[in-house]
Amino acid sequence: MTGEFSPGLILILGALLVPLLRGRLRAIYMLALPVAAFAYLLTLPQGDLGIVNIGGLSLNTLRVDKLSLLFCYVFLIATLICVVYALHLRDTVQHVAALIYAGSAIGAIFAGDLATLFIYWEGIAIASVFLIWSSRTEESYRAGMRYLIIQVGSGVLLLAGLLIHYRQTGSLAFGVLALDAPGGLLIFLAFGIKAAFPILHAWLPDAYPRGTPTGTVLLSAFTTKVAIYALARGFAGTDILIPIGTVMAAFPIFYAVIENDLRRVLAYSLNNQLGFMVVGIGLGTELALNGAVAHAFADILFKGLLFMSMGAVLFRVGTVKGSELGGLYKSMPWTTGFCIVGAASISAFPLFSGFVTKSMIMTAAMEEGHFWVWIVLLFASAGVFHHAGIKIPYFAFFAHDSGKRCQEAPLNMLVAMAISAALCIGIGCFPGLFYGLLPFETAYRPYTLDHVVAQVQLLFLSALAFTILMRTGIYPPELRSVNLDAEWLYRRLGRSLLEGARAAGEAAWKLLTRGFGHGVSFAIAYVRRHHGPEGLLARPWPIGTMAVWTTIMLAAYLVFFYL
Amino acid sequence: MSASDPREKRYWLDDPANVTRLVRVFYAVCAVLIAIDVFVPKHGPFAIEHWFGFYGFYGFIACVALVLIAKQLRKILMRPEDYYDR
Repeated sequence: MTGEFSPGLILILGALLVPLLRGRLRAIYMLALPVAAFAYLLTLPQGDLGIVNIGGLSLNTLRVDKLSLLFCYVFLIATLICVVYALHLRDTVQHVAALIYAGSAIGAIFAGDLATLFIYWEGIAIASVFLIWSSRTEESYRAGMRYLIIQVGSGVLLLAGLLIHYRQTGSLAFGVLALDAPGGLLIFLAFGIKAAFPILHAWLPDAYPRGTPTGTVLLSAFTTKVAIYALARGFAGTDILIPIGTVMAAFPIFYAVIENDLRRVLAYSLNNQLGFMVVGIGLGTELALNGAVAHAFADILFKGLLFMSMGAVLFRVGTVKGSELGGLYKSMPWTTGFCIVGAASISAFPLFSGFVTKSMIMTAAMEEGHFWVWIVLLFASAGVFHHAGIKIPYFAFFAHDSGKRCQEAPLNMLVAMAISAALCIGIGCFPGLFYGLLPFETAYRPYTLDHVVAQVQLLFLSALAFTILMRTGIYPPELRSVNLDAEWLYRRLGRSLLEGARAAGEAAWKLLTRGFGHGVSFAIAYVRRHHGPEGLLARPWPIGTMAVWTTIMLAAYLVFFYL
Repeated sequence: MSASDPREKRYWLDDPANVTRLVRVFYAVCAVLIAIDVFVPKHGPFAIEHWFGFYGFYGFIACVALVLIAKQLRKILMRPEDYYDR
């Protein structure tokens, strides 16, 4: 065993001390944890550092290479931003859960073998659910339960897959996996659940909008990105990922347009951005993989920023329903500004982070000649601007004035949003520095005249469509409602089937017990007939009768004796 | 503080005439953006990209289609807020 341990453990073990600290000391300590983990990370060379031998099994708890480092950087940045964002909170449970969750995510991306990955995979599921439960409502409790069942289910699939994989190959190493073996297929499904593949995605828009204002920011950063990392590590270049990702990028935007809960709109747009990354992984070229992981990096920052701005609104106003908001720019000008930076980044405006990351995936799709994939992704790009870029800031901060007035977000929230916003703009303006961190050397240049003009045309004319639809009243109004999604399968159909099965079981049991009851009553009646108070065998016979019978018997005996 | 407070500051956007002005400027910018398409040399591998103003028109049509389809989807998908609790 080499002496190095995963930087994730600094956060996980460090979290255990948080309940003992109070006030300013706790704040400083929590801020120091990701910084300490980062400082420790800088001392690590690249390579397989955490080899542990347990009972003949060789595990690798710390694989440091460019891919895992990139994710670790952004996870630590996200952790620091989330700690700042949540500094006003006194809720110890959330602070501890947040740090363990972040630590597990970092542990998972450094896992060099499937068993270590599995342990952190489940750690992610268990720690993160407390960020949903901490809303402390009946609704969030039940959504958290559904989330936990699905997340742990993903872990169970991973465990089954890794056991079969181990039986077949004799190795637990987490390298490139094949889909044609049953073990690989199960692992693929486990990753697919966490990456929110279509139909397996319902947990995401179900659970994320129900987290606490601060918790959902963390949720948006880690769980799905660990899955993206795992797919990039295990299934890069797997063709089936291209259609899966294309569908993922396209279908959630329809939901996002008609959804009223603005954090759920963001959950759908998160799903849509994951689609771009999955396409990139499926294409599997160096440019596409660079694009996929770069976009994951950028998405953590801009999606976190958007969730932070909506979290601030939820914190101050108490709701993020589009139907009840509007005109908040007057009360929360800073939050409005940061939200617009996040919106510009996710929409891939030039000079913002999405522009320099998403375009790598688009270009890779073009280079590989995937016309239909490209055209759908372009549609999704216009759509994401429409729902995340315009709808979120517009309905929350502008639109018709809802008359709601509140305070600006707390200082710590503003600082956290400012850091994210600065990073979004920094990556967008200086892509060269950022590209140096990517797993493959790249000569890709995002800022060419035709690319910039094309993107600006696409976005402005999309905005034009929104403006015209809005001013002509064709745009669908925000309505209080839920929209049916794949969760219907288990929340309605599944429940109905279960209810049906339960009713059928009950009826069968009744029939069974009634039939059995008849048998028993018949037996009792039979016994009673012969042995009961009126029964032939239980009748008390008078002594006189007895004497007569005895006399008769003796007489008969005498007669027989003399014969 | 509520919105009906007469002491409250009036914002520039509170005046509908300003909003209309803003929208007109925006329309003009869109027109200019499409117009300059003639001067931009194009390098993309797909022929469709070389059509005049392809990205702009595609973005516009995509968004209108997205909204109209989503509006129709509401008829199938929309349920009351307490749908799953009943």
